[in-house]
Amino acid sequence: MIGVALKGLLGRKLRTLLTALAIVLGVSMISGTYVLTDTITKSYTSIVDDSFVNSDAVISGKVAYKNNNSDTAGAPAFPAAVLAKVKQLPDVAAAAGTIADQAKLIGRDGKVISTADGSPIAVSVDRRNDLRFTPLKLSSGQWPVGSRQIAIDKRTADTKHYAVGDTIGLAADEGVRRFRITGVATFGSSSSVGASTIAVFDLPTAQHLFNKVGKFDGIQVAAKNGVTPEKLVSEIRPLLPPTAKVKTAEAQTKESVDDVKSAIGIFQKVLLGFGILALFVGAFVIANTLSITIAQRVREFATLRTIGSSRRQVLRSVMLEALVVGLVASLLGLFLGLGIAKGLNALFSAVGVQFPKGDTVFAARTIIVSIVVGVGVTLVASLRPAIKATRVPPIAAVREGATLPVSRLSRFGPIVSILTLAVGILLLVYGIFGSGLTIATRLVALGFGTLILFVGVSLNAKRAVRPLASVLGWPGAHFGGTAGTLARENAMRNPSRTAATASALMIGLALITFVAILGAGLRSSFGDAVNKLFVADYAVTAENGFDPFTSHTDAAVAKAAGVTAVSGIRGGDARVFGKNTQVTAVPPNLAKTVRIDWSKGSVSVPSQLGRDGAFVDKDYAKDHHLLIGSPIAVETPTAKVLHLRLKGIFDPPKGGSPFGTVTMSTATFDANYPKPRNFMTLINIRGGVTDANTARLDASLGAFPDAKIQTASQFKKNQENDINLTLNVLYGLLGLSVIISLFGVVNTLVLSVFERTREIGMLRAVGMTRRDVRRMIRHESIVTALIGGALGIAVGVFLAVLTTQALSDEGIVLAIPWRTIAVFVIGTILAGMLAAVLPARRASRLNVLEALQYE
Amino acid sequence: MEAVALPVPGVVEVPQTGPVVSAQALTRRYGEGETAVDALGGVSLDVTRGRLTAVMGPSGSGKSTLMHILAGLDKPTSGEVTIAGTSIGELNDTNLTKLRREHIGFIFQFFNLLPMLTARENVVLPLSIAGEKPDQAWVAELMKRIGLESRSTHRPSELSGGQQQRVAIGRALISRPTIVFADEPTGNLDSKTSGEILELLRSSVDTYKQTTVMVTHDPRAAAIADRVLFLADGLIVRDLGRSDAHEVISVMEELAQ
Ligand SMILES: Nc1ncnc2c1ncn2[C@@H]1O[C@H](COP(=O)(O)OP(=O)(O)O)[C@@H](O)[C@H]1O
Ligand SMILES: [Mg+2]
Repeated sequence: MIGVALKGLLGRKLRTLLTALAIVLGVSMISGTYVLTDTITKSYTSIVDDSFVNSDAVISGKVAYKNNNSDTAGAPAFPAAVLAKVKQLPDVAAAAGTIADQAKLIGRDGKVISTADGSPIAVSVDRRNDLRFTPLKLSSGQWPVGSRQIAIDKRTADTKHYAVGDTIGLAADEGVRRFRITGVATFGSSSSVGASTIAVFDLPTAQHLFNKVGKFDGIQVAAKNGVTPEKLVSEIRPLLPPTAKVKTAEAQTKESVDDVKSAIGIFQKVLLGFGILALFVGAFVIANTLSITIAQRVREFATLRTIGSSRRQVLRSVMLEALVVGLVASLLGLFLGLGIAKGLNALFSAVGVQFPKGDTVFAARTIIVSIVVGVGVTLVASLRPAIKATRVPPIAAVREGATLPVSRLSRFGPIVSILTLAVGILLLVYGIFGSGLTIATRLVALGFGTLILFVGVSLNAKRAVRPLASVLGWPGAHFGGTAGTLARENAMRNPSRTAATASALMIGLALITFVAILGAGLRSSFGDAVNKLFVADYAVTAENGFDPFTSHTDAAVAKAAGVTAVSGIRGGDARVFGKNTQVTAVPPNLAKTVRIDWSKGSVSVPSQLGRDGAFVDKDYAKDHHLLIGSPIAVETPTAKVLHLRLKGIFDPPKGGSPFGTVTMSTATFDANYPKPRNFMTLINIRGGVTDANTARLDASLGAFPDAKIQTASQFKKNQENDINLTLNVLYGLLGLSVIISLFGVVNTLVLSVFERTREIGMLRAVGMTRRDVRRMIRHESIVTALIGGALGIAVGVFLAVLTTQALSDEGIVLAIPWRTIAVFVIGTILAGMLAAVLPARRASRLNVLEALQYE
Repeated sequence: MEAVALPVPGVVEVPQTGPVVSAQALTRRYGEGETAVDALGGVSLDVTRGRLTAVMGPSGSGKSTLMHILAGLDKPTSGEVTIAGTSIGELNDTNLTKLRREHIGFIFQFFNLLPMLTARENVVLPLSIAGEKPDQAWVAELMKRIGLESRSTHRPSELSGGQQQRVAIGRALISRPTIVFADEPTGNLDSKTSGEILELLRSSVDTYKQTTVMVTHDPRAAAIADRVLFLADGLIVRDLGRSDAHEVISVMEELAQ
């Protein structure tokens, strides 16, 4: 029997292949996700591993709390005096202090050398001190000495054609500074690491450049022979000021690695989510393809039964086929994952997210999970068709045109379908509107709700097929002649088959529609907010629109002729009311550049913040029961606590505001945050937006290549572009599910053509041309795809309405992007045509005579 | 492979004499109410051991229905069938499966071979399904008898209709079943090939004492039988011994009036 099952698979190569494809693609997404994220993790951790060469213990600045959402918090530097004390310890063999910061290199064109592949690292190397601790190795020249010398990494030197003796720029806080290159270095084992650029200075220069005179970011310590790192750490610990901590190099490495892993873990889960979705769609396709194949094999199963097969043997042989298909498909998917990883990488770099390059990691876990999940999904999806196969009675072997018997439970079908739909909707509503749920519960409810909703819609779709097909097939039937009319009939003749095929497509389209509508809502409410808030003529942001940039730009812009107001908005991490959050700081002239609706206080709030004033938005005030005069304690990353008082409460527009939870005065911020940075500067200028003013402001920022001047409307457009990029990534990730569902359409059509061989032969015999046959299949494909499209768009709109309803407080409005949806409909038609290519060709090539004799 | 676990209650050693299959007062009604069709109107018969029994009758007279019920493929509306001493009316699916493995072979009008298996694999399929090792000498003899030794590795699509039906006959005989049922075995073949197939059936009865029931509406087929039953409107109307084609035709004409 095993042989029979396996030979059967080989005998139906095309059908087997088509069934397998859905799983191949789904598994490839899972495997690709693992390969990509493992590779990223590996290349980051290898950097970390290399960072503490020859160290037994590492002293670093202590953050008051851990903030995992931004880089503005970086651990603060600590007093350099510690080094002398550490060196005096009898167990210490060597110790050296370093500065590690970030600074962008400026190329010959005056522009920032691309930092897209990682952070622009700046470190100190002290050649008069001990070089054993530096992970950098000189490949040519000398280490820099003094305030005019620099060493850079080999990759930058090679790709930008810099050599020892050349001059290169650096974006320092006060503006571009020029250095002479004395050396070119490589990092650890690789020449590039995750950083795009590395700038190396001697210690005093680095301390000076980064405003850390008399301080270190880290001290690396080597123990004498025979002293354990743990012992060393326990000896160092009592010597440290409260702003520093010490760990064994191993523990420090592990901590950094864990940080990287947890950050990538989130990314990985999101991608896996898309993989699971793809497999879910794949399961639909497999279940449908298999039930068609099994319906076509009724006589074979019946014959097996008459010559002695038990039901269990039939079940086993179908499941065995599924197992083999699942296994082979998963293996193929596993390796296709290597390509998908590349594709994902390309997708993300297309929208400006660069991952470090490293050797591809193909972990055992990737192999195991891919195969288990792929085989599991295939088996589960095959179970129902396999059970149907066992119900084929032996007598079907002798009955002409025998079909699968209907299940005893089928009379409950309609009730079950409606119930499933209801359960899905209820779960969704609960997940969205239920109060007091944890995030996890909410996500589980939403996830399962959506999946069950999809199953529910697909179960009920059977009944919608006839009406939908007659409407959507109308143009074809009307203008497409007999072929069009027959196509519509064909789409309707087996409603459950058409419904199942269309349902797979429905899932992808529903999610794409949902994303498009939410995106449009975000865009429109964001645009409204900008329109409402912005009374400034110009804005400055970092080149990429979101990095913080030096606050020295404020003074530079203010010097431009005609400038009447410059409001730099600073941002930083803080802990307020026990929660890690972002705070902002604004100058007294804010009212000139930003229009704020004050529900408590007046336009003069920003100018009256003084040393201890703060303002918050309405919801925050309500949540924390704050009134004018209420105290607010803001803890900075360096563990300073600022005691502020509430001076104003504002009512932000729906699309949000540029302010953090708590906003203080720039003066207070600058006095307490070691390295104040802006994330936005707003400018008013006499004459408003003119080409001359733009040129003038642009020139004023000449020393700050990382800062970009833009008009209010450019600013809006740039921010909207970010939303669009995110949407494009989501479309790309959902695209795989849509492709899988298109293979489902191909499968169904190929199988239907196979089934209708005789009928098509007859049509050809009575005068239908090959073109007509192709057209007939193509129209049927389009009608099926459009049914999926119609259902998907409807479900997507439903989900979006529900979500925007729930998020209306967060400022997301319901905006249906009709043009985008029209594009989806056209895309669906094109997809239907594409899916029909192979089946239509097969149908049109049938030999008329053979088709008629076909048994 | 799999052995059906449940013992079959009431299955005893096939008695060496007496009927192999017997039916009492079989009726079969298709459909309900106005449109109901009585395909069998009360048929009783005993199938004789080691003989070839032909069931004749015009199209729609109930021949196939009778055969399906005798073979346990279909259930009678009333009446009882006993195969090899077992009353099959009460058997569940598992026990019916076991009964089929041990006692019944089928030959179909449309051959019903598995397209992905070779001729030889198709022939031994019932044994491999039952998890039995084929007796090589027996398989070789059977392949020779059905005249396909040289084509044993061909797939059905590479064989002519007659050759395919020979494979089907080999498959029916391989497990030396108590009884072989054949429904219009020549219905899909030209007359020359039909003759060869009928000869093969006849010789298997003569050589192996293979009890066989053949449904046919072809007088030439009926002429090779040891016994010819005539069915009309769901009733046995004539029961002849060995008859030649002319006798069969004249009975048919007589019945047609
Ligand atoms: N599955 C069925 N459903 C309804 N009527 C049937 C079915 N099978 C056979 N019949 C009817 O029963 C009668 C006997 O059919 P059958 O046994 O096939 O006759 P034969 O094999 O002699 O041609 C015919 O009238 C036929 O139409
Ligand atoms: Mg018949």
